[in-house]
Amino acid sequence: MKASSVLGIIFSNTYDENISELTSVRTMGSVPFAGRYRLIDFILSDMVNCGISKVGISTKSNYQSLMDHLGSGKPWDLSRKREGITLLPPFSLIGKGNAGGMFSGRIDAIANMMNYISRGGKEYVIFADCNVVCNLDYGKIIDDHIESGADITIAYKRGVRPKLSNLMTFELEGDKIVKLETADTKDTAVNYSLNILVIRRVLLERLIDGAVSMGYTSFERDIIARNLDSLYIRGHKVEEYAMTIDSLQSYYDISMGLVNGSYKELFNRERTIYTKVRDDVPAVYGICSKAGNSLIADGCIIKGTVENSILFRGVYVAEGAVVKDSVIMQDTYISQGSKINCAILDKEVVVKPNRELSGAPTYPLYIGKNITV
Amino acid sequence: MAKKIECLAMLLAGGQGSRLGILTKNIAKPAVPYGGKYRIIDFPLSNCINSGIETVGVLTQYQPLELNDYIGNGAAWDLDRIYGGVHILSPYQQIKGTQWYKGTANAIYQNINFIDRYNPEYVAVLSGDHIYKMDYAKMLKFHKEKEAACTIAMLEVPWEEASRFGLMFVNDDGAITEFEEKPKNPRSNKASMGVYIFTWKKLRQYLIDDEAKEGSGNDFGHDVIPAMHEAGERMFAYQFDGYWKDVGTIESLWEANLDLLNPKVDLDLSDNSWKIYSKTADAPPHYISNKAKVENSMISEGCEIEGDIDYSVLFSNVTVEEGATVRYSIVMPGTVVKKGAVVEYAIVAENAVIEGGAHVGESPETIANLEDWGIAVIGEKVTIGNGAKVAAKAMVDEDLKGDEQ
Repeated sequence: MKASSVLGIIFSNTYDENISELTSVRTMGSVPFAGRYRLIDFILSDMVNCGISKVGISTKSNYQSLMDHLGSGKPWDLSRKREGITLLPPFSLIGKGNAGGMFSGRIDAIANMMNYISRGGKEYVIFADCNVVCNLDYGKIIDDHIESGADITIAYKRGVRPKLSNLMTFELEGDKIVKLETADTKDTAVNYSLNILVIRRVLLERLIDGAVSMGYTSFERDIIARNLDSLYIRGHKVEEYAMTIDSLQSYYDISMGLVNGSYKELFNRERTIYTKVRDDVPAVYGICSKAGNSLIADGCIIKGTVENSILFRGVYVAEGAVVKDSVIMQDTYISQGSKINCAILDKEVVVKPNRELSGAPTYPLYIGKNITV
Repeated sequence: MAKKIECLAMLLAGGQGSRLGILTKNIAKPAVPYGGKYRIIDFPLSNCINSGIETVGVLTQYQPLELNDYIGNGAAWDLDRIYGGVHILSPYQQIKGTQWYKGTANAIYQNINFIDRYNPEYVAVLSGDHIYKMDYAKMLKFHKEKEAACTIAMLEVPWEEASRFGLMFVNDDGAITEFEEKPKNPRSNKASMGVYIFTWKKLRQYLIDDEAKEGSGNDFGHDVIPAMHEAGERMFAYQFDGYWKDVGTIESLWEANLDLLNPKVDLDLSDNSWKIYSKTADAPPHYISNKAKVENSMISEGCEIEGDIDYSVLFSNVTVEEGATVRYSIVMPGTVVKKGAVVEYAIVAENAVIEGGAHVGESPETIANLEDWGIAVIGEKVTIGNGAKVAAKAMVDEDLKGDEQ
């Protein structure tokens, strides 16, 4: 594995608008997930676990919570004298006319950080978004890319196309991508991109330079689709657990999937998912507490009933309270006798005694951060 | 010339803790796991950082490997500092020969050079094997107000236990008038907690004198403190009211863990203003299945629970399979309790395997003579075979074969 020659680039803001409820105060990368993580932890840990030690994180807006979460990068072992993580906020080139330095689209975003990418001098670059929850062996993706002699490798999955704008779906001959679409499709089984992409740095520099000088805006159409004939663009099929979040509903469904068995696929003991530690006490169950089929983080105190749910760190469930089929985020307090059903409660929500909050499995109720019900 | 600091802490962490038996076979007592995710040493270290003491020397001697590894550069306690921070101090070779730390006072004596580098006004001498939350800054303030040479933290213990401690007699203003080391018939119940603050200039001289004295045991409680007292130094007792436990025995370690489940016990680890920090294994939230029944217990991240848990503390990555029962027990990281096994009134160390149908420990109610009852202990990486029985009070540190049918 040549991970030491690979630079990781993570886009923390892509598709924020798809789950605007959860991203109103944060980036896609800092959306809480699976009881104690943020979405970026999965991608970042995957990169670290395969030996990548230099990672740039592109940010665009609302990235305070992300900066707070990442800190110096220590929890991922990325607080290094050499290399480590670098946050890449919007960068304005005077005279280029991009007002306020805010980039639009992926070509612009990459052009924005081209200095960082070139200066690093790594031979390969691997790109990833934060809305894909997975625990993949990136080493294998990179090795296969190098071995195949491909110019670009795109990881993909087969299934229903997630509802994301400009998401690539493609047809393959062998492992070569021959036809590419970015529009929505009704087909139930397509090859859709996980937006994990490996490319040689020198080629990336050339393609981005070219695209910028031509005024191209769409990475998918103008760089990938346009070069299907001239370059060897390879698809890498992912068979492992990899879920794309494209809406609040899918966030909820994927979370519920975890308690119904898939947490075992996501939390692979060989590849640890790292996150910022909070030094909470282990979860405490009281007398007469009842819990079943749930994932429960440290710092929780459970005196009531919890079923088919995910409890983040520091959640309090009082006597007689019942939480069912729900996702309850950090430090939320559920008072005596309250009933929560099919809901997503954001951080630090307070539910007063004897309230009933109920959504439906196909339409989960969302309560925003810091709200008192 | 180094920057001067006000107060430095020396943490005595070299003890074996021989009464913990097989639990300290490979690790020093301060490294013994406690409370689901901590080790005993997390308490004094967290107390230091929470009290504003940012330079800590940790004196190690017995089986230091795991302890050294655990402390690392101190980042878990925010003690990785450009100046100060945590330092592991092991015995070392000197021109005049090599010596182990002969006693608690000798351990500090051998590190006078380390302390002098920081030139502190005061030195706190702490013990690495107690569970308590204490603000040393308040004690230091008291020490300064009294212009004391030595301040000893003191706790009122139940009279029936007093004979196990070093006891003090104290004036109305807190001045210590008399000491008594573990007397048979105690006349005081004011016990020393093994937490001292010294004015460094004074202590430095007494350590040098004590080292020169022939026949001295080089121990704080037996030698240095009495010498200071005899010389008429200003010595004060600082009263502490919170929870404090010496987890020196299997029973007390077991009790101290279960104390965390008792709402009447004054030890709140979830208090954000006085966090106890630890180095944690990155594990996902624990999973509790529909078949599980958990009451009155503490469960850490990474556990998978399908059995019945009552009144127990489970450390990270413990698996309890369907139909297994764990009650009144402490189960340390990575241990697996398989189908139908029972673990009760026991401490099971790390990465042990309790096979199906095995029965570890016994309830005191089933034993005729209470003298025969005690906590059963299973050592690390030990496998208890199918259907095997481990009696109360037993210590098992080798694999136990079951009745393979």
